[in-house]
Amino acid sequence: MQDLVSAFGLLARIDVLIALFIGSIGGVIIGAIPGVGAAVAIAILLPATFSLEPLVGLTMLLGIYGSSMYGGSIPAILINTPGTAVNALTTYDGYPMTKVGEARRAISLAYSASFFGGVFGILCLILLSPVLAWIAPQFGSREIFLASLLGIILVVLAHRGQIFAAGMLAFFGVLINTVGLEPIKYTQRFTFGQAWLASGFDLIVVVLGLFALSQAFLLLTEKDNSPKAQPLTGSLFSGMKELLRHKRVASAASGFGVIMGMIPGVGEFTAQFMSYTYAQKTSKKPELFGKGSPEGLIASEAANNAVPSAAMIPLLALGIPGEALTAMMLSVFYVHNVIPGPQLFQNNIEFVYALYLAMLILNVIVLVFLLSSTNLLTRIIQIPTRFLGIVILILGFVGVYSLRNSTVDCAIAAGFGVFGLILKRQNLPIVPIVLGMVLGGIMETKLRSAMARVKTPLDFIDRPIAAILFGLILLVVALHVRTLIMEHKKRRHEPDHEMHDGQQR
Amino acid sequence: MAQQIQTLKQMFQRYRRPGNFFFASFFLFVSLALCTQLGSQAKWLDGTKWSSQPALWPNIAIIGMTIFAGLNWISAFVSEKIDGRWAEISIWLRSFEFVLWFMGYVVLVPKLGYLPSTIIFGLALSVRMGYRSRKMLAVSVLTSSAIVVTFKSFLQVRVPGGAAYEFLPDAMRSFMLTYL
Repeated sequence: MQDLVSAFGLLARIDVLIALFIGSIGGVIIGAIPGVGAAVAIAILLPATFSLEPLVGLTMLLGIYGSSMYGGSIPAILINTPGTAVNALTTYDGYPMTKVGEARRAISLAYSASFFGGVFGILCLILLSPVLAWIAPQFGSREIFLASLLGIILVVLAHRGQIFAAGMLAFFGVLINTVGLEPIKYTQRFTFGQAWLASGFDLIVVVLGLFALSQAFLLLTEKDNSPKAQPLTGSLFSGMKELLRHKRVASAASGFGVIMGMIPGVGEFTAQFMSYTYAQKTSKKPELFGKGSPEGLIASEAANNAVPSAAMIPLLALGIPGEALTAMMLSVFYVHNVIPGPQLFQNNIEFVYALYLAMLILNVIVLVFLLSSTNLLTRIIQIPTRFLGIVILILGFVGVYSLRNSTVDCAIAAGFGVFGLILKRQNLPIVPIVLGMVLGGIMETKLRSAMARVKTPLDFIDRPIAAILFGLILLVVALHVRTLIMEHKKRRHEPDHEMHDGQQR
Repeated sequence: MAQQIQTLKQMFQRYRRPGNFFFASFFLFVSLALCTQLGSQAKWLDGTKWSSQPALWPNIAIIGMTIFAGLNWISAFVSEKIDGRWAEISIWLRSFEFVLWFMGYVVLVPKLGYLPSTIIFGLALSVRMGYRSRKMLAVSVLTSSAIVVTFKSFLQVRVPGGAAYEFLPDAMRSFMLTYL
């Protein structure tokens, strides 16, 4: 309780509140514009937040992360185009509702489910925090190494049907993290004698290239488009009442969101898949799923909004980011020399609580903003896509150039921008590269320090948590092999080259 | 629609695109080329524990990358061919035009200054992309100015003043250097 009060004290500052407000509202707007996801916005804003205090910078980025999915549901429901990638499932039931004249009901339900998911996730985590504060210190170097390894394995295996590509991209991420002068023996690694490679590839430069510049190039090379959405009439308050009739689905979906959010490398898609399947299997009207089922819509939106707060757990408690956005946030901590991990959770729990409270407040800000401004957002959606590309290019420049005023950084970012465009056009995932880069770095450091006390290979897993993590790695791989065998036995013919743009946002 | 996601595999369906074989081949070629450099570009040092060897992680990364790139190539090779490979590659190549635009902007900023360069870049690229109405050009100027004011004036990001600012009167020069 004392810690919660201290956390309120940390938040009760005008700069923190302004950052939270800008992040929340900005996140909704960014999420509502198809073609600009939270990753693009966070990548661009990242260098600007370095000059701010950690709490101010992080609340702004958290605001964007936590609110973008609210905004993303608007185009998903109104024009069948998800604003962010994780709103794709929302189109399944949201758009059919719009087609039968129930757009207002669908939007209202989506907001209510998102709010429920967001708040549920945060409350779970506030309650869980003392347990985490107890567990986190038990994570030494070998446990963090194994947890990072598990994260990489999971992010590769989570890309079902793209595992080979996800694997090669994750290893590519590990490789680019090793380029340059290594800090222990001072030898050059893969610099080919080039001075500009000696300092390696900066994570932010790579992220800006892969997420922001690639998106600009993608929009500029594609046909111009200006999505049109019909304005909504009537009150949006009715959704909360309807949501309460489906509180079982909303709670289960949020629960899946929390659990999946906590596991590195898994995230929103798996949470949505599980909650949607659960909702369909337990529904009295399963035939409505995909044709405008309110339960389907709730399952999708509650699950994805419960994830951001849960995703902060491995980041804050162990210093291990589970997906691209928290990987970017990790750099904000590093810049300010605040190292997330067991120490932070143990000694600075009020900082952690302050972040959770900020997320709680942002959900309220976003809901109030959306209930009054949805029609304004339907107009923002109409920004021509190529013009959006120009704006992202201008914003991408300030992101990269402001780091160290380096033309070389800009050229590297542009190179990764082209690579990102190819990946997006190929519908291949970018996230494994970013996680490979971050988790690869963590694994290298932690393996080195862990091996100092390890005499035989078995010593590596002689502590309970290390043994559990190792067991989990074996289990995950075994389960994957089992699923492959089962799916192979079914031998269902599945078309694998339909036009699909799941990786383009 | 609901039938589309009965398994987790379907949720993350592969959905190959044209150019998939070319990309897989290119990535495998790069991986193999990097493999040949393992001995010279990452050192194994005498008297250093294996876990602290500078070459350990580059080796893990490149060998892993090559194995997965090989499997990905085989998967692309045995898959049905999708038409439109060269049209797709031409789109990738077309993006280099915007790389040039971007790098031109990067070169221009230290010379002309952040605000003038951003306005010129925004206007020129708007015209190039077909936004030639007065309204869109005005929107472009306003957007560029708003971005500069937000980042340089309010957030105080580190973008240096332009060499051209030296020709401005004293009071204006210092204002431009600090805020725009």
